Amino acid sequence: MNYFKISYRMLCRDWRAGELNVLILALIIAISGLTTVAFFADRVELALARESNQLLGADLLVISNQPLPEHYADKALELELIVSSVTKFPSMISNSDSSLLTEIKAVTEGYPLRGNVYLMDGPPEKLVGPSKAQSAGKIPQPGTIWVDEKVRMQLNLNKGDSVDVGAVQLVVTEFIEREPDYSVGFINMGPRVMINAADLMATDLIHQGSRISYNLLVAGEVKKVQQFRDWAKSQLTKAQRIEGIRDARPEIKAALERAEKFLNLAALASVVLAAAAIALAVRRFTQRHLDACAVMRSFGASQKYLLNLYLYYFVILGVVASGVGCIIGFVAQEILAHWLTGIVDTALPWPSWLPAFQGLLVGLVLLVGFALPPVLNLRSVPALRVLRRDIGLSNAHSISGYLLGLVALSLLFIWKAQDFKLGLFVVGGFIAAIAVFSCLGWLLIKILSSLRHQAGGVWRYGLASIRRRAASSVLQAVALGLGLMALLVLTLIQEDLINDWHASLPPRAPNHFLVNIQPNQLESLEEFFQHHKIQSPVMHPMVRGRLIKINGKKVSPKDYADDLHAERHIRREFNLSWTNKINADNEIIQGKWWDNDTTDAVISIEEGIAKTIRVKLGDELTYDIAGNHFSAKIASIRKVDWDSFRVNFFVVVPPGLLEDYPANYITSFYLSPAEISVVHELVRAFPNILVVDVAIVINQVQQMIRQVSQAIEFVFLFTILAGFAVLYAAIASTQDERIYEAAIFRALGAKKEQLSRAWAAEFVILGGLAGLFASAGATLLGYVISKHVLHFDYTFNPWIWLIGTVVGIIGVSVAGLLGTRSAISSPPLLTLRKIG
Amino acid sequence: MLDDFVEQPILRTDSLTKRVNTGNEQLTILQDINLEVNAGEAVAIVGASGSGKSTLLGLLAGLDLPTIGKVHLDNIDIFTLDEDSRAALRGRILGFVFQSFQLLPALTAIENVMLPLELTAASDIEAVARRLLDRVGLEKRLHHYPKQLSGGEQQRVAIARAFATDPKLLLADEPTGNLDSATGIQIIELMFELNREHGTTLVLVTHDEALSRRCSRQIRLADGKLVQ
Repeated sequence: MNYFKISYRMLCRDWRAGELNVLILALIIAISGLTTVAFFADRVELALARESNQLLGADLLVISNQPLPEHYADKALELELIVSSVTKFPSMISNSDSSLLTEIKAVTEGYPLRGNVYLMDGPPEKLVGPSKAQSAGKIPQPGTIWVDEKVRMQLNLNKGDSVDVGAVQLVVTEFIEREPDYSVGFINMGPRVMINAADLMATDLIHQGSRISYNLLVAGEVKKVQQFRDWAKSQLTKAQRIEGIRDARPEIKAALERAEKFLNLAALASVVLAAAAIALAVRRFTQRHLDACAVMRSFGASQKYLLNLYLYYFVILGVVASGVGCIIGFVAQEILAHWLTGIVDTALPWPSWLPAFQGLLVGLVLLVGFALPPVLNLRSVPALRVLRRDIGLSNAHSISGYLLGLVALSLLFIWKAQDFKLGLFVVGGFIAAIAVFSCLGWLLIKILSSLRHQAGGVWRYGLASIRRRAASSVLQAVALGLGLMALLVLTLIQEDLINDWHASLPPRAPNHFLVNIQPNQLESLEEFFQHHKIQSPVMHPMVRGRLIKINGKKVSPKDYADDLHAERHIRREFNLSWTNKINADNEIIQGKWWDNDTTDAVISIEEGIAKTIRVKLGDELTYDIAGNHFSAKIASIRKVDWDSFRVNFFVVVPPGLLEDYPANYITSFYLSPAEISVVHELVRAFPNILVVDVAIVINQVQQMIRQVSQAIEFVFLFTILAGFAVLYAAIASTQDERIYEAAIFRALGAKKEQLSRAWAAEFVILGGLAGLFASAGATLLGYVISKHVLHFDYTFNPWIWLIGTVVGIIGVSVAGLLGTRSAISSPPLLTLRKIG
Repeated sequence: MLDDFVEQPILRTDSLTKRVNTGNEQLTILQDINLEVNAGEAVAIVGASGSGKSTLLGLLAGLDLPTIGKVHLDNIDIFTLDEDSRAALRGRILGFVFQSFQLLPALTAIENVMLPLELTAASDIEAVARRLLDRVGLEKRLHHYPKQLSGGEQQRVAIARAFATDPKLLLADEPTGNLDSATGIQIIELMFELNREHGTTLVLVTHDEALSRRCSRQIRLADGKLVQ
């Protein structure tokens, strides 16, 4: 039998008769909402990744302390990626009067692959902020050298001067304003120069054992870069490592990951909303097809026949409606992107086609999962219905019908979340919510309807309607509750997320670091700040020491040969500081902070480094500080918020222990772009102090956070749209019953207003239930997601209960009354005759 | 003066015409209907299927709008009123009995009967409803839902509901159409009894000859026109 043809014909008939309006509309809104979010999130993610990669100069770096084997570059080229290389090492450079230790960067053509090198335009004293800097668009010619501000100042250089770099003499042609791979690790921040890689050998500075970092820069299509990364991972030797933006920049990593997870959540919420909308819409569909099925059954159609008929029916419907939804979603996100480009600076890259595919798949899965099962129950419709129209299907049937949908939805979640934990939380949360809401709803409706004889007038009808449609009332309240819950959770988290970002980088976050302040300069520096009306920042003392023993046992880099990261820490010197006051962005997670008058030799260590060098509370660490040994026990382990750009130390001790060792000081403070001249004065007054300007980096991070916040807000709007789809479907799902009710009310002499009030009472009860469910669910889910998925402190908001309930009542009532307006005004006779 | 008023017909139509558009042609369902029904009369509108009986009944009740013509109900030109005022008028003077009962499935028998009373804000609603259901023999079925009642019982509830507001005019659309003949006869008896008790005017649409013969007058429709 040609089911396709019959199903198609049935579909066309239903379409013409307007039977499919609700289902198709729900599906289209849901899928277009979903794909808009997915397409847009995709583009934003691509844009964010590209933007942040500018800080790295590439999409990916392969770093080694030995020359990199050719096959890395070959493989990258084979994958149609672009490559460039950077060789970095510290060395003295000199001119006729002085010499200076600088970080030399030898670059090849194409550098940087992402971002720009900005060159100073004109004398630096006249610069106000970085905006006047010119993008270089090239690299130093062989025989030339570009130097940064510090080198220029300290060697007193002008364009055209010569400097000696190892065995060659190079001509200064440009002054560097800023480089993309400008590190925030201020400790490593020395004066920097840039030369052409062609001059590298001639400098004669490259020897076995020199501290050289060989970097291969790779950039290109996201997928190809990922492919390269996967391949390179398998090739890495101990001396080599891969660094993407996420490895290099913890503050960006955290922001990006949270944004991604949030966007994923928003997309997931749209899926939930879509499912709810479809589950609601299919109710009306089932009601309307009861007769058709009864007639077909009485004419001898087998259950198998009906099964096949509806299976084809829904597949065709799903493909068409989801297809339309995808197209709308694509157009909508394109409009959104155009609109956004005015606000954000970066042009959004073209989205991938994955979201369209996802939309199509989600539409089909949702339709088959949520619409087919209840419709399949139609198979068992008693043929007797032909004779007695009020024989319907048992409710147990339709509830169990949604099980398949739930399973399908769960799988979709885990797949879409691409994060098993997140997916599981959301699935678990929603399933638990459905179960609890259903039981509660059932109970509440029972209790309420037993009260209805006491209730007067409109409330009696509201309650009566809800009770009669108990199963569908519960379904409506649960679906609306879920939809509202998704929206509330997103609202809560979105606010917390954005606040959290802004809090970690307030507008006046310190953007300049001063390093290498000598003890005898503290006083004059204080005067300098006072003179310039800048609040004197806290000076953090700092002593450098190499870790040599743990619990009396000698340690060497070799002990950490299996962990490159740890090995580097052991080889380098630690910065030890002392204070009695724990930094505001630090949190003791083990042990306790010392008393102010302690004389014990104790230390507080940062959580991450403790893990890396494998030490725990109570361990004794011994440092070699300028030839002397200093030992102390770990008294506490701290968690440090590295996103905050404040001065922080891995190791801190109480005052009184390290004062005799040679120390210098470090501090950070905020300077507005207008005060930039202060820096130049400072450098002149204190030539030995290193000024590290992280304003650019902070600006970039702040800018990124602004963009992500905006993106999140926009995406959120679309989730709200999906919420409307649920509302619409919920109202439309009882439309037939309402038209009938309206006709009888009208025939019996009810005014429109009386009818509206009766329905309003019903909507208020439904909306109230949904709102209550949503508030409870959102409070719990919000807590779980904040705490365990996005990792930030959840702010309990008691208002959510009021807001949820009020929004539920108002939303459902307004939508309900708007949606039933036509039912109220349709002529009663038509309806009564059609049904009678 | 008072006598004059009593003499007035409770229902009168002037050139009542209903046409509907079906695609590209216009179909005349009712054409130029002029009739009068006096208070206390029992009038049967008879005719073959599709002759326009039910449409006429709907127009008489103001449930639908005519293409041309007027309906005067209790001396009020109902189509000069808006839909809400017509509904209020119905609530005050009309009662309905439908072929397929048209009970609200969400409400119990007694709630269905109480509904029109509650709409007019009458007092002692529950007692009135209880008494009427008692009268139609459903005193034991007060709290049953329509689904739990047989067709005959449902029509009894509908009749009780129709008489609840003590209407001046009762309109019935094939009240026995969905019932077996024995039940149909009982329903007819019940309706006429209540009609007498309440002094109601009755207009009913039927193609049941036995039923129409019980009425004081028959109005015959054929092809949308009044035949006699």
